[in-house]
Amino acid sequence: MAQADASMMDAGQGPARAETEKLVTSDGTPLKRALERAERQRKIAAVGLVAPLLIFLLTVFIWPIAQMMWLSVKNDQIVDALPRTLQELQTWDGQDLPGENVYAALHADMMEDLERDRRDRKTGPMGIRLNYELSAARSAVSRTSRNVDEFEAPYKDAFMDAHRLWGDPALWRVIKREGRPLTASYYVAALDREYAEDGSIVQRDENRRIYVPLFGRTLYLSVVITAMTFLLGFPIAYYMSILPMRQANLLMICVLLPFWTSLLVRTSAWIVLLQQQGVINSGLVAAGIIDDGSRLSMIYNQTGTIVAMTHILLPFMVLPLYSVMRTIPPSYMRAAKSLGATPSTAFRRVYFPQTLPGIGAGGVLVFIISIGYYITPALVGGQSGRMISNEIARHIQQSLNWGLAAALGTMLLVGVLILYWLFNRFVGSDSLKFG
Amino acid sequence: MSMPAYYTTKDKVWHYTFRVICFAIFFFLLAPILIMIPLSFNAAPFFTFTREMLTLNPEGFSMRWYEDFLGSASWRRSIQNSFLIGISATIVSTVLGTLAALGLSRSEMPAKGLIMGILISPMIVPLIISAAGMFFFFSSVNLAGTYLGVVLAHAALGTPFVVITVTATLVGFDHSLTRAAANLGASPTRTFFKITMPLILPGVISGALFAFITSFDEIVVVLFVAGPEQRTIPREMWSGIREDISPTILAVATILVLISVALLTVVELLRRRGERLRGMSPG
Repeated sequence: MAQADASMMDAGQGPARAETEKLVTSDGTPLKRALERAERQRKIAAVGLVAPLLIFLLTVFIWPIAQMMWLSVKNDQIVDALPRTLQELQTWDGQDLPGENVYAALHADMMEDLERDRRDRKTGPMGIRLNYELSAARSAVSRTSRNVDEFEAPYKDAFMDAHRLWGDPALWRVIKREGRPLTASYYVAALDREYAEDGSIVQRDENRRIYVPLFGRTLYLSVVITAMTFLLGFPIAYYMSILPMRQANLLMICVLLPFWTSLLVRTSAWIVLLQQQGVINSGLVAAGIIDDGSRLSMIYNQTGTIVAMTHILLPFMVLPLYSVMRTIPPSYMRAAKSLGATPSTAFRRVYFPQTLPGIGAGGVLVFIISIGYYITPALVGGQSGRMISNEIARHIQQSLNWGLAAALGTMLLVGVLILYWLFNRFVGSDSLKFG
Repeated sequence: MSMPAYYTTKDKVWHYTFRVICFAIFFFLLAPILIMIPLSFNAAPFFTFTREMLTLNPEGFSMRWYEDFLGSASWRRSIQNSFLIGISATIVSTVLGTLAALGLSRSEMPAKGLIMGILISPMIVPLIISAAGMFFFFSSVNLAGTYLGVVLAHAALGTPFVVITVTATLVGFDHSLTRAAANLGASPTRTFFKITMPLILPGVISGALFAFITSFDEIVVVLFVAGPEQRTIPREMWSGIREDISPTILAVATILVLISVALLTVVELLRRRGERLRGMSPG
């Protein structure tokens, strides 16, 4: 047994040796085969241990996210509602109004829909879908579908009488363009672009661009917050790393207590401090520094978001920095100084480069977390402190444009995953530590 | 750290300036949290210190916000919900996470990198994306607005912490101990409960605490997936902050701070114990 165990170690790595092939186990099977079987069993056992969690996460986490991403290209509303119309539109040149045959097909499609059960009607979702591309399209569809059963040939005139939009080639271009099971139009909208008359993609007017500036602001706020956490985190991490263990652990509690405190508690703390009737403003008024009429507005704007998020994310910078700084031997700095370096040179050339892994880990961590932050900007950000997550939530809960929410979400997710991949490549996730 | 005798005046000035800066930063970290504690005893419905409070007049203080908190049916239900959901989610994520960590730490495990990536993905994906995905998925399988839905969602978010802490404990694990147990005739189950479990227990418990605090503090997924029945403490605070902000929020916050202090203490003690058990120096 002991012998078999010892050779099992060897057989795992390196080429099989000639003498192992001659060996047999007590029941007569060649050792090599017995080992392979044992190896396979151990592999199955290992996979079996991981499998429950893997299946669980694939079902309730990965699959839902994949499904959400699918919503950003899914486009079956028009295909489902207007099969005949789309068939007839194939030969349409896209310039003038389509001919009577198309309107007749549209009539047939809408008549068929009236026969469906109210819950399965297809024109409602189609109207909503068309409205994303062309405002007023929804009312055109709903107004027409209400009395489409009274229409008589020629249908072209009947439709144009029911709503002027049916006489607009723009609507027909949208129907033809989006009459496909997959679409890129949510991404086009998420990048502040739109389709021009000839079908090319152009930028929106300056005053109608929303999402690109919002992505820009999200990036800007995340960079500012990351820089702030670095500026505040570096000194205290360094200070803790030069203190004796006992005192450092005591100070560590100051970092860990906010880390463990509820996010909403910390956010409300900043509301208490920063609002117009809050502690800081009242203190300044009482001290006579500002007068009652000119209280500072420090919250419900970008300042609020930056201050509160810096406070919330600071521990994520300090913890990796500290764990790296602890491992830097103090003798390096002493050696640099004894070789004639001034303290600032020694710091810049010797100490600082060694802290880079910690800065990288903390920086990417803070940046990744802040780029997708939702709660704090929603509570203290006001209008100017809103970030991309708030817009995603708005489209899911209020405007119900799930396709656009999914497109924005997919872009955010891909960005975060690329950052994380870079982080893993250059820093390694081992430097993430909690508590 | 005492100052060396050879320090020049410039060094001394820097020495003190640096400490002042550091304490200012520590103050920035702690003060906002600590300031809420006295304010939660305010007798007046303000977020500032009243004149009575500053002169330590007992009339300036009261327990009215705590009474308000404990007396309100919706707050009481939110406490129940938070613990019910938190504990159920913790059990699910601890069991699944510990098993997975045991599997991952075996050398025979194939595709380790990929699997680890999937297992810790709930920690990396922005919460708003997770919440949106779960919202669509749970609505389609009729789990939105149910306790089961929220528990499953929170369990998924908590598992990475269990996997990471238990894996870290297993790094220093001496596998000859389990081999010795097997050699002495113990079955794999018996080996697990008698040998492995006691040794990795500190890691399992701190992972479980992380999973619990993740659920206990979670709000984004609750906003999307939970119905009015499942309102947790953070969810009530969210409405409190958005709708009518009253010092009741501060009373709740104070209680939550005390809970986090308790959890932090337990985790810290466990970490030290774990390191002692595995023969590492504490620190």
